[in-house]
Amino acid sequence: MLEINRELRRSYALVERNFNLIKRYLGWEVVFMIYTVVNTLTIAFIGLSPDGSGQDKVLYLVVGALLWGFLSVLFHEVAESVQWERWEGTIEYSFMAPMRRLTYLVGVCLYAAAYGAIRTVIVMFAVVSIFDLDLGSANLLAGLVVLLLSSLSFIGVGLMAAALPLMSAEKGSQAAHILEAAILLVSGVYYDVSVLPAWMQKLSVISPATYTLRAARAAFLDAASFSDIRNDLVILLATGVVLIPLGLAVFNQAELCAMRTGKLKRSG
Amino acid sequence: MRSALECCDARKVFYVKRERKNGTALSRLFAMAIPKYEAVEAVDRLTFDVAPGEIFGILGPNGSGKSTLIRLISTLLLPDEGCIKVFGYDVVKERFQVRKLINRVSVDAAFFKGLSAMENLSYAARLYGLDRRTWQTEASVILERLGLESDKLYEPLEDLSRGMQQKIAVARAFLTHPLLLLLDEPTTGLDPVSKREVQEFVLEERERHGTTVVLTTHDMQEADRLCDRIAVIDHGKFVALDTPEGLKSQVSTNGNYVTLEEVFFALTGKTLKGHTKSAN
Repeated sequence: MLEINRELRRSYALVERNFNLIKRYLGWEVVFMIYTVVNTLTIAFIGLSPDGSGQDKVLYLVVGALLWGFLSVLFHEVAESVQWERWEGTIEYSFMAPMRRLTYLVGVCLYAAAYGAIRTVIVMFAVVSIFDLDLGSANLLAGLVVLLLSSLSFIGVGLMAAALPLMSAEKGSQAAHILEAAILLVSGVYYDVSVLPAWMQKLSVISPATYTLRAARAAFLDAASFSDIRNDLVILLATGVVLIPLGLAVFNQAELCAMRTGKLKRSG
Repeated sequence: MRSALECCDARKVFYVKRERKNGTALSRLFAMAIPKYEAVEAVDRLTFDVAPGEIFGILGPNGSGKSTLIRLISTLLLPDEGCIKVFGYDVVKERFQVRKLINRVSVDAAFFKGLSAMENLSYAARLYGLDRRTWQTEASVILERLGLESDKLYEPLEDLSRGMQQKIAVARAFLTHPLLLLLDEPTTGLDPVSKREVQEFVLEERERHGTTVVLTTHDMQEADRLCDRIAVIDHGKFVALDTPEGLKSQVSTNGNYVTLEEVFFALTGKTLKGHTKSAN
């Protein structure tokens, strides 16, 4: 217990450092936030008919935008963590510290989840203040559970993506962005996956975001109970349970490879 | 007595892209048959040890293997062959134990430049598991000793001079009281006064805590002043290893006084114009 407490305190180093960086560049943070809010609003307006109807469609799009906003931040922060260290030139200092790599990555994930949640809540308040969304019948608890379970999968995928810049500084980061874009395309963030071409629908099956969005929409729009979305919850849990250890293993192997080839340094 | 650092036949080879010269179509065709990468021996079977409390200097021209050796010791690189041990712990098999005992100052002060000195030190202290009260007390003593004004400590590091950044890097390394401190050109870019302050501080810390130091530098006076023994490295090999006085006597002819700089030129075969000097 004492050991876990000590490791968590070390993980907090990453959380504190990244929030300090946000404070330092607060101006930019506000700009990005405004952009995200405006982007979400423009997506939501697509669902609105000129006569003011179409609230269901707005909610459909808003759920997609908010969930994607959270999950993409989570993925992005985890996947770019190594690349950030490289850009700042601190990668060697951070990686030679007597800190288990798991502790380091837990810190990265804690920050990503906290940062993503804060951003999502701000965007949600902005959307609710503009649109008259009826969430009275929504199963909010089920929606929250969906979000938590899907976070596990996205952390797992993010860990694997974080390993890419360890092996190739520039190409690794590029590959992570392409992966993120592919997940956005095939997962049905703003549309039902049934509208996708057949080959893309096959890809949507392997994206955890597909199950997240389907279950979250069922909970928010149709007030689905836990038993209604049980299958999606099980898939999300199983994906997270498999992807997190797999992500850690891939990251460890990539770190060893970087240590062998001399890429664990600023210029990579 | 157990060595602070043991290096046994350590070898590290990098594979770098071979330069392809433009030429005729035929010569380009031949070039395609040659492997794209060539092996460069960055560290070529080095064997040495460093005693606890010793300040061990490594001198060498750019690209001679100094920083690679430091990165091997600091567990950031895996040796291809041989072994490196820090206080008996293997840098490959027991790297977590090694990391608890070491710290490093690199030539480029590696910080989050948008953060202040105190925020960077807080990050480092948390990584090393130091509690807030301990590190803040320690840091204030070290920073004052290094002549850093307290009002600068809350400004973003990108607004501070390179010399001040480097002093904060030194403070960060000493904050964790490492048993083995790796100083990779720590005083590069410092003015003479700051340089002297850092050197004094290193000597004091060695006196007070028995810290073992491995120092790479291009500053011959610094090496002469600080180091108990100096190794001269060239093309990944030690071409000499002795006390500063021992090295000078190796090069001196007819008992004439020579500087460490002259020793360096003689042992690495370099002249001021960069031409190779004939070996004595």
